[in-house]
Amino acid sequence: MGNNILAFAEQREGKFKKSAYEVIGAAKNITNQTGGETIALVIGSGVEGIAGELGAYGADKVIVADNDSLKYYSGELYSNIVVEEAKKNEADVILMPASSMGRDLAPRCAAITGSAVAADSIAVENSDGSIIATRPVYAGKTLIKVKSSKTPFIISLRPNVFPLPEKEEGKNAEVQKSEVSVAGDSLKAIVKEIVASASGKMDLTEASVIVSGGRGMKGPENFKILEELADVLGGVVGASRSAVDAGWMPQAQQVGQTGKVVSPQLYIACGISGAIQHLAGMSSSKCIVAINKDPEAPIFQVADYGIVGDLFEVVPALTEEVKKVVSS
Amino acid sequence: MNIVVCMKRVPDTATKIRINSDGTGIDESGIEYVINPYDEYAIEAGLQLKEKFGGEVVILTLDSSEAAPVVRNALAMGADRAVILKCDKKPVDSLSTATALAEGLKALNPDVILMGKQGVDYDNSQVGPMVGQLLGIPCVSVITKLEVSDGKAVANRQIEGGEEVVEVELPAIFTAQKGLNEPRYASLKGIMAAKKKKLDEQEAQIPEGAIEVIKMEIPPAREGGKIVGEGADAVPELVKLLQFEAKVL
Ligand SMILES: Cc1cc2nc3c(=O)[nH]c(=O)nc-3n(C[C@H](O)[C@H](O)[C@H](O)COP(=O)(O)OP(=O)(O)OC[C@H]3O[C@@H](n4cnc5c(N)ncnc54)[C@H](O)[C@@H]3O)c2cc1C
Repeated sequence: MGNNILAFAEQREGKFKKSAYEVIGAAKNITNQTGGETIALVIGSGVEGIAGELGAYGADKVIVADNDSLKYYSGELYSNIVVEEAKKNEADVILMPASSMGRDLAPRCAAITGSAVAADSIAVENSDGSIIATRPVYAGKTLIKVKSSKTPFIISLRPNVFPLPEKEEGKNAEVQKSEVSVAGDSLKAIVKEIVASASGKMDLTEASVIVSGGRGMKGPENFKILEELADVLGGVVGASRSAVDAGWMPQAQQVGQTGKVVSPQLYIACGISGAIQHLAGMSSSKCIVAINKDPEAPIFQVADYGIVGDLFEVVPALTEEVKKVVSS
Repeated sequence: MNIVVCMKRVPDTATKIRINSDGTGIDESGIEYVINPYDEYAIEAGLQLKEKFGGEVVILTLDSSEAAPVVRNALAMGADRAVILKCDKKPVDSLSTATALAEGLKALNPDVILMGKQGVDYDNSQVGPMVGQLLGIPCVSVITKLEVSDGKAVANRQIEGGEEVVEVELPAIFTAQKGLNEPRYASLKGIMAAKKKKLDEQEAQIPEGAIEVIKMEIPPAREGGKIVGEGADAVPELVKLLQFEAKVL
């Protein structure tokens, strides 16, 4: 095997996820040091046309597995293709996003190859030719640095943490078709359909701005003021477990240990105390703002900026102030 | 129906974590252990399947004998019996864990295998899909809904912006996400009954893993704590800071 890195570029419905570019950027960062190639792998149906653009984000070569059977994610089929292409392309390292797809795909690849996964990593580095991944464990209370004694080392990257590579317009990579056979008719698990979440909004894990509400919101009707703020910021609304368990917000919007792990540019916590299980889900956000009437609330210890006050006064004022900035 | 729930004992999530002296794991002294929170949803799902189809719910765990009291809590919720695959130290390598569990599972001949989507200690979310791959049976991970009938199951799997509806043939594995159900509490009667339930211990077969821990460390605390002001009056200042200092607007 060798210095090359296979970067799994996730797409859904013919569109690359932002994490696809993040993964390629992280791979390129390492191959620049080791002298290997960054090889992007695209799996799906009708995706050949979009593959070339990955060159502009740093892929040296792109491999495409394009087949009707690959329209929806299939752990069985996708893992086989990833493993085979890593082998063929002499990649000792496989990078993928720690998305719902990546977190299912990575362990399957490791089980096939007898290797290891560093899941949901927040840093990857090359240290004298060995690749080291850093990941949060124990609800983010500690960080662990790991490497693998076997190849391929599979690393999934927490979305929104790794920088987006700058796009080099017009730089297309060579695109090759994957020759791994796809036995789509003998599948043991079949995706029947995909149901969109009720909100129809962007997923929390992909949002760059999140306005979250907790028990301090007092009731479901009040989340409207968070929606208004999120709308002017181009973000989405999240919630603490208390707000979800009270039935004020759907489970899909829960942030935290038993909800989603998010890393937006801006996280605004409104009426959330900042329990350790909540922090586990949002403390890798770039900038955290807390609005809470209790100056002792633990959320203020992790927030970059805090306002002590009644959220029912502060949030609408914030919405108005942001509107001024956005329109000017 | 043979239902097996793989369960893990983890430190209570509110526990203060200290790093051990060689810097590769946690100091386990004084830690209070609980059922991995996601596994509670798996146990509840198993109990509901048993109520509908009959059969048995077996708890399977890879751990030392010290796991017994936590395993009894799962029996108190209503599981029928438990098997501890005994080891001195739980492996940190997921594939080692998955391989040992897969061996244990073969002997139990399950129709349905349930477990939590991840352990809240190492947050790997790997064991379910790995066991599926090792046993050559389907695994649907991160499920919020499960319906079983006629040797088949349909499960909803949480993805970004929605859910995938996945159909599988049994035997199959499902990893539980919060939202799947409301785990029941152990009743006093259940706690009494659990004392008499069978708890087997077997030597685990754990292959060597590939993960090497270089070090574990406490992350630098976020600086934080900058209170901009009080009430709505502080809003213009906050927006300025977001715009010009944090540059996120
Ligand atoms: C195993 C386990 C897993 C868990 N997973 C999660 C998880 O994934 N996510 C999660 O969030 N929690 C999780 N929790 C729960 C967590 O421990 C806390 O109970 C929860 O986060 C508290 O939610 P909260 O901050 O909204 O509510 P509270 O702790 O009740 O805080 C409400 C806050 O609102 C403030 N407030 C009230 N009124 C106003 C007002 N008018 N204006 C301004 N501020 C106001 C109060 O001062 C208070 O700080 C988990 C717990 C366990 C045991």
